[in-house]
Amino acid sequence: MNNQNKSFQTREKLKLVFTGHVDHGKSTVIGRLLLDSGALPQGAVDKIRRVSAETGRPFELAYLLDAFEEEQAQGITIDTTQLQFKTAFRDYVIIDAPGHKEFLKNMISGASDAEAAFLVVDAERGLEEQSKRHAHMLALLGLQQSALIVNKMDLVGFSQQVYQQTVEAARYFLSSLGLKLSVAVPLSALMGLNVTVKAPELSWHDGPTLLEALDSLKKSGHSHEAPLRLPIQDVFKFDDRRVLVGRVESGQIAVSDSIVISPGGKTAQVVSLASWLPRDQKTKAETGESVAVIISEDFFNRRGEIVSRIERAPKTVNRFRASIFWMGRRPLKAERRYKLKLSTAESECEIVKLFNLIDSSTLKPLQAQGEVGFNEVAEVEISLQKELALDLFSQCQATGRFVLVDDLDVAGGGIVTWAEDKPQVKAGFVHGELKARCELFQEYFYDLDRMTFNKIESSVPFYAVGDPVPLSGESYLYPEFFDIVIFRDQIVVKIRDGLVGALSPFSEYRYEGYPLVNGRGFAVKVNSEDDWLKLNNELLLINNRERAVGPDEKWLDFNVYRRIRLGRDRHL
Amino acid sequence: MNHLQALEAYSIFILREAYKKLGRLGLLWSIGKDSTVLLWLTKKAFLGHCPFPFVHVDTSYKIPEMIIHRDKVAKEMDLELIVHQNVLALESGMGPDKGRLICCKALKTDALNEVTKKYGFDGLIVGVRRDEEGSRSKERIFSERNQDDEWDYANQPPELWGQFKTEFPRGHHIRVHPLLQWSEIDIWRYVENEGIELIDLYFAKNGQRYRSLGCAPCTGKIESQATSVSQIINELENTSVSERAGRAQDQEDAYAMQKLRRDGYM
Repeated sequence: MNNQNKSFQTREKLKLVFTGHVDHGKSTVIGRLLLDSGALPQGAVDKIRRVSAETGRPFELAYLLDAFEEEQAQGITIDTTQLQFKTAFRDYVIIDAPGHKEFLKNMISGASDAEAAFLVVDAERGLEEQSKRHAHMLALLGLQQSALIVNKMDLVGFSQQVYQQTVEAARYFLSSLGLKLSVAVPLSALMGLNVTVKAPELSWHDGPTLLEALDSLKKSGHSHEAPLRLPIQDVFKFDDRRVLVGRVESGQIAVSDSIVISPGGKTAQVVSLASWLPRDQKTKAETGESVAVIISEDFFNRRGEIVSRIERAPKTVNRFRASIFWMGRRPLKAERRYKLKLSTAESECEIVKLFNLIDSSTLKPLQAQGEVGFNEVAEVEISLQKELALDLFSQCQATGRFVLVDDLDVAGGGIVTWAEDKPQVKAGFVHGELKARCELFQEYFYDLDRMTFNKIESSVPFYAVGDPVPLSGESYLYPEFFDIVIFRDQIVVKIRDGLVGALSPFSEYRYEGYPLVNGRGFAVKVNSEDDWLKLNNELLLINNRERAVGPDEKWLDFNVYRRIRLGRDRHL
Repeated sequence: MNHLQALEAYSIFILREAYKKLGRLGLLWSIGKDSTVLLWLTKKAFLGHCPFPFVHVDTSYKIPEMIIHRDKVAKEMDLELIVHQNVLALESGMGPDKGRLICCKALKTDALNEVTKKYGFDGLIVGVRRDEEGSRSKERIFSERNQDDEWDYANQPPELWGQFKTEFPRGHHIRVHPLLQWSEIDIWRYVENEGIELIDLYFAKNGQRYRSLGCAPCTGKIESQATSVSQIINELENTSVSERAGRAQDQEDAYAMQKLRRDGYM
């Protein structure tokens, strides 16, 4: 590797998005920056000249970015563009985003990739609707840095006063969204003033040129202190190894780390990180790396589960609150079902509550009508069909944001603002590492008024070896000696003389002649060691690694130990 | 992670996402530097395996060395290779003399659309990059094509936070673009770092080399003394000529590539 290459390897790359109201000159600003800094290939300007000649339209710098015929014909940006650019200091990806209201979804697609944003404002027209809406979206996308360009200074006679008023208005609006203005630049992109060199017309401006402003932005690094988040993307079984693959979204993962997989809470150790080429072998991976992990336990794992460290695991929830933005043609409606995608996880979901609907450009509240319209923003409460592991956006961006799919397209995005962790095992038995879930001591009532079935949790959630268990309740009665067979966790709990005797895995359990009861209090029709073996053989046939399931109905009898009480009040 | 490591990691993420989320996949392999890097990334993503076929759309006008190289690499890497030609068009004498864009449409676009239908691909992995030309700079990473393989470029769905378009009607397919965010020089630097073997048409002979590979009648060489990867990198760092300047079909019309790509061109 030569020296030049080495210096390239250490060069920094920053992704910048240019946003703002339609016609305030985003594409022209970028076009001018590229032209004046000599970043354009020889043919690019010739091509625009040729297009101008062919179509009879005037020469437009914006055509460098607005490549579509429709964009050039209408003089607007329809879709976002990314291009590469470099200064002496570092490399950039410049993202041009459309300013027209119709194309907010394209602006969001572009801006979601950026690390910092420039808001381009026309000096004559000031902050307009889309400038504000864009700023709002930047805040929701979690952008840390924003900068201001006051363009078209030639139209206001290079007035320092107009510039300062614009900067103050922008600073005020951005701060109401929690965004900080890092730097502001007055310029004229059309005339090429204060873009790459200082302009005498703007001699009162003692701040940077646009080029200098770019280089003044800071790149935020990944913190090594951040909690590990590795969402499982897929499980490979190309050979006899089961390999979990995915991208490290936060923190680091290393060989011999103790990890937990959420939801579910299964624990294991990292055995190795797999790779095709021996020279790519490593023992540690950091944020952003795509890894292949082999773990110590041969669990069934699935896409959507998150690998983390035990002490800083994500939350497991089926309900949470979020700030969302809506880009769909048809409005988001409460009580309609959507597909939610959060990192690699997916679940059907429903918007159960809708509040704080706001106009994203004025921040003024809108009357909530049970729906969120195109380009609007709202606070919502979402109920998930299945439990997912996630974080608050403020704590971990990658696992705290999601999109909503309406019909076949992504139509909304959101960030998690509130979620309450659900205990992984709500009630059951514990003994050292062994944990078994049960609903043995729940009371079952049938509410005659509401015609609904109610369950009341037992007051003590967990029982350890030696603890007495409540053998009788209002809706159940168990014997003093029996064995609880917990199929979900493949554990048998022995109850002896009304106390928890021992917890043993299925593989170590032998039938001792006591009655068997499942985790929900149903009698299990096993009366001999032969029955027990027969039941186990049946389970072997139907169980897979994905989930341990219970036996066929023919093995169970509800009416032996339990009955359903009738009651008008759930708190009888 | 440095810049190239970040590009590699993201491309691997995209390839694995396509493999998990799309049904039948094929990788469009043109023997050039970009699709060879794509082959390399596929090996990395799937731990040495290539879990989908490689598709070569053969116009019959390719530079002959490309075909020899294709068969050699396919054998060495043990690739499942699908070679497809628009036989009807070739039999009726299609060639660049009928008009460059007409020829590209018949032998590349239509042939690609045929092979997509023939094998029922739900996803086609293609090595296009944003910095190649304007309409590609506007692409999404997962980009839908309808039942007629058309690209509705004026109405692309949002793509954010690594959440890609994976829901689409039967009969449509997704073009997956794992190299979209790479630049030409990134490709060469990666080739150098990884020691990837490329077809020797890229290296100068008698003061000329190919910078971009395509069909023999429509692909021009550039003046160059670069005979090694590091010399090519050095040359690219100091050039202001665009990569596809030697590709004649691009120059036919101001919006040539947009029009070709709207109809399903890669």
